[in-house]
Amino acid sequence: MSNLSIWLTIIFLGIGTYLIRYSFIGLFADKKLPDWLLRHLRYVPAAVMPGLVAPLVVWPAATGGDPDPARLIAAAVALAIGAIWRSVLGALIIGMAVLYLVQYLLA
Amino acid sequence: MSSTRTAFYHGILAGAPFLLMAAPFGMLFGLVASEAGLDIYQTVAMSVIVVAGASQFSALQVLVDGSPFYIAVLTGLAVNMRMLMYSASLAPHLGKAAKWHRIIAAYFLIDQTYGVSILELDKKPDMSVSAKLGYFFGTATLIFPVWYGSTLVGYLVGNTIPPQFALDFAVPIMFIALVAPSLRSIPHLVAAFVSVIVALALAWMPYSLWLIIAALAAMIAGAETERRMAAQT
Repeated sequence: MSNLSIWLTIIFLGIGTYLIRYSFIGLFADKKLPDWLLRHLRYVPAAVMPGLVAPLVVWPAATGGDPDPARLIAAAVALAIGAIWRSVLGALIIGMAVLYLVQYLLA
Repeated sequence: MSSTRTAFYHGILAGAPFLLMAAPFGMLFGLVASEAGLDIYQTVAMSVIVVAGASQFSALQVLVDGSPFYIAVLTGLAVNMRMLMYSASLAPHLGKAAKWHRIIAAYFLIDQTYGVSILELDKKPDMSVSAKLGYFFGTATLIFPVWYGSTLVGYLVGNTIPPQFALDFAVPIMFIALVAPSLRSIPHLVAAFVSVIVALALAWMPYSLWLIIAALAAMIAGAETERRMAAQT
């Protein structure tokens, strides 16, 4: 990860994200997104984030890639809390608290 | 003019509760960026230029994995494609505003400003365009400086936290926390499940290709499930 690649990521991700934001407000204000595209866009967060996170949960770098019970339990609890309470912050705080607790109990 | 000002203040009030979420989230990004080896300028620049937490974490994670920058950009943009929906849904309200107002407003379009604004604008479609803009800018007034500032604080604090706090795992927990509340229907659950299975099965692929394939497969699975469920009822 070079300095240049970090800056290029920041700049191009920034420009691209801005253009996504500007798209319909600015360029195609009187156009509508087709239904099939809207239907796919609805699932973007649910499609990207679980896949991104799955290898980090199952094979965490901090344990050299070995599955770790404390991390698996913490992830499961965060998922349950977030899904049931609909609270991002609650899932974040309780997930980390469970991680510390299980690490402490197993140590 | 005064109705615009009133709408602006109402927007500020309606956006205020989201600071509780933005501040820790920004700190977490600053912290994770410092652990990943970004310098202070890169960290704050990313929060100021991109202003989209989930995509910042995703792009950073892809870079840390050793993938080239364009894969990180693609991954971040994929996460931000939802904003195309936001833009389309605000267009009927803000599309008539002056062009340079819209150019500025686009920068301030994030999950929270959209979520708060669209509730109000859909409820009061008769508001003037300038009052609608005022409300929208109001929702952004507190959260943007807090986002920048908390990123900076997180970066500065990050270097002082010892490794036994397992902050490596704050990133996965954060992604889980972000996505869990949206898993509210069967198609969403199908998409998330396909995403996890394909990502784990293809994790041997280089350059985060596994993630792009998993995301596309999951998106199609979710949309297709929705279409079939709708066709049945």
